[in-house]
Amino acid sequence: MLAGRPARRELLAVKGTAQMGPYTLLRLERGGMEPGIPGQFFMLEAPGRILPRPMSLCLAPPGELAFLIDPIGAGTRALCGLRPGDAIHVLGPLGNGFDLDVERPLLVAGGIGIAPLPYLAERLGGDVPVLLGFRSDVHAEAARLLPDAEVVVEPRLVTELLPDDPGDVLACGPEPMLEALRELAPSSQLAWEAPMACGYGACYGCVVELSESYVRLCTYGPVLREGQTLDTSAGDDERATSE
Amino acid sequence: MPLLNASGCLDALTAPEVARSLDAFVTKTVTPLPREGNPPPRIAETDDWMLNSIGLQNPGIDAWAEDSYPRLVELDAELWVSVGGFSAHDYALVCERLDDLKGVAAIELNLSCPNVDEAPETAAELTAGARAATAKPLYAKLSPQTSDIAEAARAVEAAGADGLSLVNTLRGLALDPHTLRPRLALGAGGASGPALRPIALACVHACARAVELPIVGMGGVAAGRDALDLVAAGATAVALGTILFADPHAPARIRAELESELRARGHSSAAEIRGIALGSAAPAEASSK
Ligand SMILES: Cc1cc2nc3c(=O)[nH]c(=O)nc-3n(C[C@H](O)[C@H](O)[C@H](O)COP(=O)(O)OP(=O)(O)OC[C@H]3O[C@@H](n4cnc5c(N)ncnc54)[C@H](O)[C@@H]3O)c2cc1C
Ligand SMILES: Cc1cc2nc3c(=O)[nH]c(=O)nc-3n(C[C@H](O)[C@H](O)[C@H](O)COP(=O)(O)O)c2cc1C
Ligand code: FES
Repeated sequence: MLAGRPARRELLAVKGTAQMGPYTLLRLERGGMEPGIPGQFFMLEAPGRILPRPMSLCLAPPGELAFLIDPIGAGTRALCGLRPGDAIHVLGPLGNGFDLDVERPLLVAGGIGIAPLPYLAERLGGDVPVLLGFRSDVHAEAARLLPDAEVVVEPRLVTELLPDDPGDVLACGPEPMLEALRELAPSSQLAWEAPMACGYGACYGCVVELSESYVRLCTYGPVLREGQTLDTSAGDDERATSE
Repeated sequence: MPLLNASGCLDALTAPEVARSLDAFVTKTVTPLPREGNPPPRIAETDDWMLNSIGLQNPGIDAWAEDSYPRLVELDAELWVSVGGFSAHDYALVCERLDDLKGVAAIELNLSCPNVDEAPETAAELTAGARAATAKPLYAKLSPQTSDIAEAARAVEAAGADGLSLVNTLRGLALDPHTLRPRLALGAGGASGPALRPIALACVHACARAVELPIVGMGGVAAGRDALDLVAAGATAVALGTILFADPHAPARIRAELESELRARGHSSAAEIRGIALGSAAPAEASSK
């Protein structure tokens, strides 16, 4: 929903679903939607709920958009319950994705943070190394989306797999994992999360604290890079307004 | 029938095409000094409501006038500015600044934010302070959380308000199912969305009976039928809030739906049904049309 580049909103039919451990892969017809840049997200109508839910694009086969969803609450459970024949409104792509212009990419994810990695790996091309951490063997079933990945299950942590010279880390996962990566590899590109009502800068509900000020994660992120400093002057706190 | 956004539910600078699809754009509430807003989490959803605790995050009137205002007037949409504060002096100060800005078509006084401490003065006193500071049209935005909203409407009319905006959110609390702690960082927040509809309708109905002022109706509007109801209860314009989060294209859809709702009842414009619900019972001729 950036100036001059409005996001599309379309009613997309459900093509099918697949179970990946506790997660559901929701496959939608692509319609006229663009898949966008890996790390960007879409707002998915959650049947029966007032607000849509933000989801990263997981896979973008021709004619399709697929999302990997962890059923943690009413909205995500409603999305996981969709069946062929259903259709939902989808808005996107939204926000700022990963910068793909990196020399030595290393993809790192924890739990449902795996969601944006398959599309990210595809867009980076070639053999990109991937490190994945999961809470249990059942959760680790999602690793079949990235068959060549190195996988650990708790109590081992994915950050233990990080080499001394990790290269260009692109990561998504729970906050403690992202905080740890920021320490270990300060130049990492990290995809953050916050509850979102609109996904396009309208509600100020999704703020995160950056340099002692609250910025909207949906327009400023969700992927944040090292040295992203804020212009705290009013209205200019979002790169989106100048893009 | 004019269609606006509800204050705090759209940023015309990040979504200019949505602002242009409305008859007027209403800003998020602007206060005298900058406000960081409340800590996150700021939003939660229950089965029936959206809860928010944004806390009037805004750059303050000086930075707003310098940075946001010039970019907002360039958008070519009628501009309303929502004003907030903590005293009659605050409201007067912001209104005085806005009075000089040609591109500001109207001012909405947010007399009722559930997420910040209330000013010690009454809505009428805040309105009177603003009235003394500006000649621009002043809309008083009232809270539905009151025992007699018609009384409040009469009081702000007497204090110089040119119109009413009805309604703001109700105060609500949601708990995390596991920890049983509040889901919003500061506890309770403002409740909005579809469940607010009958409450908003009752407020518009009561105020339309009590005063002659134009009324911007809002609260849970999600379809043309909801807008139709508000107009029938006496609203002269309708504002969209929470629905914009789910559907940024809602303005065009709701406008089209309202037109077909009117046509289906044999009317060609919203003016023909305005206040029809203020009559005592449904007249036979109206229901058979
Ligand atoms: C940019 C972005 C991309 C995302 N991508 C994916 C994805 O690909 N797959 C996926 O399964 N999930 C993803 N999420 C998280 C997902 O949006 C939330 O899990 C979902 O909104 C929760 O909705 P619910 O109704 O199921 O739970 P709710 O009932 O709304 O909440 C249940 C619990 O989760 C917390 N919560 C709510 N929303 C979020 C959130 N956004 N982040 C963290 N905690 C939250 C609540 O505070 C509450 O404690 C993403 C979030 C963002 C911001
Ligand atoms: C996230 C959010 C932020 C809001 N911010 C403001 C605000 O800054 N000023 C104001 O007067 N009302 C604010 N409101 C209230 C709305 O303008 C509106 O009165 C209310 O949400 C009812 O309409 P709805 O049910 O259509 O959302 C806000 C509401 C929401 C949901
Ligand atoms: S989710 Fe609404 S402003 Fe970010």
